[in-house]
Amino acid sequence: MYQIDTLTKTYQQGKRVVHALQDVSLRIDDGELVSIQGPTGGGKSTLLQMLGGLDRPTSGSISLDGTDLAGMNDTDLTRVRAETIGFVFQNFNLIPTLTAQENVETALVPSGVSKEERAARAVAALESVSLGDRADHLPGELSGGQQQRVAIARALVKNPKVLLADEPTGNLDEETRDEIVDLLEGLWKEQGLTLILVTHDSVVARRTPRRLRIAKGQVKDLTA
Amino acid sequence: MFFTYLRRELRNRRKQTVVVAIGLAVAIALVIVVNSVSAGVRDAQASVLESVYGVGTDVTVTQAGEPGAGGPGAFAFGSEDGEASEDGTRSLAQDNLSVARGSASFDVSALETVAALDHVTGVSATLGLQNTSFSGEMPDFEAMQEQMEAGERPEPGTAGGGGAAGGSSFEVNSFDVTGVDPAADAVGPLTTVEVAEGRTLTADDADANVAVLDATYAEQQELAVGDTLTLAGTELEIVGTVTSTTGDGVATASDVYVPLAVAQTLASLDGQVTDLYVSVDSASNVDEVASAIEAALPDASVSTQSDLAEDVTGSLSTASSLVGTLGTWLSIIVLAAAFGLAILFTVSGVNRRTRELGTLKAIGWSRNRVVGQIAGESVAQGLIGGVAGVLLGGLAVAAINLAGITLTGSSGGGAFSFGGGGDVGDRLQQMGGQAPDAGAAGAAAPGGGPFGGGGAVASAVDVVLSAPVSLWIVLAAVGLAVLGGLLAGVVGGRRAARLRPAEALRSLA
Ligand SMILES: Nc1ncnc2c1ncn2[C@@H]1O[C@H](COP(=O)(O)OP(=O)(O)OP(=O)(O)O)[C@@H](O)[C@H]1O
Ligand SMILES: [Mg+2]
Repeated sequence: MYQIDTLTKTYQQGKRVVHALQDVSLRIDDGELVSIQGPTGGGKSTLLQMLGGLDRPTSGSISLDGTDLAGMNDTDLTRVRAETIGFVFQNFNLIPTLTAQENVETALVPSGVSKEERAARAVAALESVSLGDRADHLPGELSGGQQQRVAIARALVKNPKVLLADEPTGNLDEETRDEIVDLLEGLWKEQGLTLILVTHDSVVARRTPRRLRIAKGQVKDLTA
Repeated sequence: MFFTYLRRELRNRRKQTVVVAIGLAVAIALVIVVNSVSAGVRDAQASVLESVYGVGTDVTVTQAGEPGAGGPGAFAFGSEDGEASEDGTRSLAQDNLSVARGSASFDVSALETVAALDHVTGVSATLGLQNTSFSGEMPDFEAMQEQMEAGERPEPGTAGGGGAAGGSSFEVNSFDVTGVDPAADAVGPLTTVEVAEGRTLTADDADANVAVLDATYAEQQELAVGDTLTLAGTELEIVGTVTSTTGDGVATASDVYVPLAVAQTLASLDGQVTDLYVSVDSASNVDEVASAIEAALPDASVSTQSDLAEDVTGSLSTASSLVGTLGTWLSIIVLAAAFGLAILFTVSGVNRRTRELGTLKAIGWSRNRVVGQIAGESVAQGLIGGVAGVLLGGLAVAAINLAGITLTGSSGGGAFSFGGGGDVGDRLQQMGGQAPDAGAAGAAAPGGGPFGGGGAVASAVDVVLSAPVSLWIVLAAVGLAVLGGLLAGVVGGRRAARLRPAEALRSLA
């Protein structure tokens, strides 16, 4: 469960101060499926960074299951990312030189599981996204939809509590978009994840039980 | 995962990997070549010194001659000497056996003085002589003088000052004769020779009229064991020939070796010697012994091995300074360039992989793991470069060794060379495999005046360059390449360490 209180994030752009998030207070319960919409530059990715422990807020608190991510050191934040949070990106962000299976395995490297277990879990994760037969393919040999499936397998192979997706369908055509959203929705239901997805796409947003909108660093809950 | 990822990255960036590895390889190869060639040059210098001064000699003692004194000085020819031919030209032939010009003999009691000093483990004395023979024809000076007084111009071609002109033609031949103590075999010039034919001098030869010849000199003079050699009017039996142990075709310190007592008698220098060869118990005491000798023998000039090394001249010293300065600087510059190249590529690689590395951090890779991956890649490149460099350097050194580069070194304090004649010219011609006629060259210069003699005393020794590659150099070179990789890894790694995990969310680039 996320509990966010008066969260502010400002960036310095030269002499200008940008308020990417301003006094955001928000609660997201375990197992929720939340979509975040909003205009470009509104602060969606910034909020996702705070939720994922990729960066620390300028002020305010953001606690995940009772621990404040804002006050954590780098080592602890790294551990939270390694164990509890999965990420899916708009550009898939696969390592181009590693095969699908190896890409999935990178997520298990920090937890120090054995090589054999790593391989077995990676293969299973690929099968859960219907890519069991593409384990040896390099990202360049896969379609955009397939690459995003590999990325989803990478995010979920460590059984995280939270899955954060920043425009996961932004680079995909409509048909593939629906496949990916179906897949995410299925995995969310199956695994009891907290799934937060940033999207420009209202079609995607309409499928989520809870919808947030961020503009100018301020959050509005559209479903409340 | 570490090695899989590392291998894939290097293979994927094959061009950069190859460029960086080649850069490091060239630098490493250069370091190996410079190191091994300078080791080879040092060895060559050592063998030049050994062939001249013998093994185990730490200090040599000589005495500089008064200018003009000693030496195969002026031949004194009276107008009645020689046989006059019908036109008044006289045929002359004369031998002169004396201490080489530029050095002087001193009393053998110096040997006892030096032997009594602390840390001295052995001393032997030699008498270095030079035999200069002159033969030729001279115009009738008396007749010339009469002509001059009568106001007649001397007919061109019959008189005149020029040595080669007029009715004169000369030949000057010189060779080294060294009187050695046949009983002293621990230190001295005979420690680096081995018998080619016959035998060497033994203690029984102390007063015997026998000689041992440098094998090269013997061959050149068409002398063999059993033949006789005439020195200062005395016939010596040639009992053996010797070659240098320092290398094939390396001339020994002297042309002729005779027992010390015989040399002293023949040169009328009883109780006199020119060189002391001193060995010292440990290298750290050499300077102390040298100072003690200088104090005990104020007139002597004392040289240690390192002084002597500086005295080595010729292409050897050129090679030595070339390798020493140019080689070192070149390796430093190329090494710096290679390191720079490695750093540049690593940093640009990290910049290009900003999102990739950010993603790894975002999914939970620690900073150290990411930095380690980057550093690992650079170190692996360094290792590849190092191994390639060792192969390249090994090939280059092998090529240098196969080329059989001959370096010539001369050593011998205070020597001066004269007109290209004499000893140096002599030996240079030996090297070229030509018949020696050093005399002609030497004599052509000063014409009818008093002869300075075939003055050069320096012993030129040619040594084929053999550049050794030691395991130590190989390890150091690979280490250097790895260090270059590590340096690049540290610089690139620092960049990777600073990278924010949020870079993973950047939609651009
Ligand atoms: N690292 C940064 N340095 C400076 N300014 C930043 C940085 N990251 C974001 N910003 C600024 O913060 C504001 C919010 O950015 P953010 O990326 O959260 O927007 P977004 O809603 O995700 O937009 P988009 O839909 O284009 O992805 C923007 O004005 C952006 O320029
Ligand atoms: Mg964004």
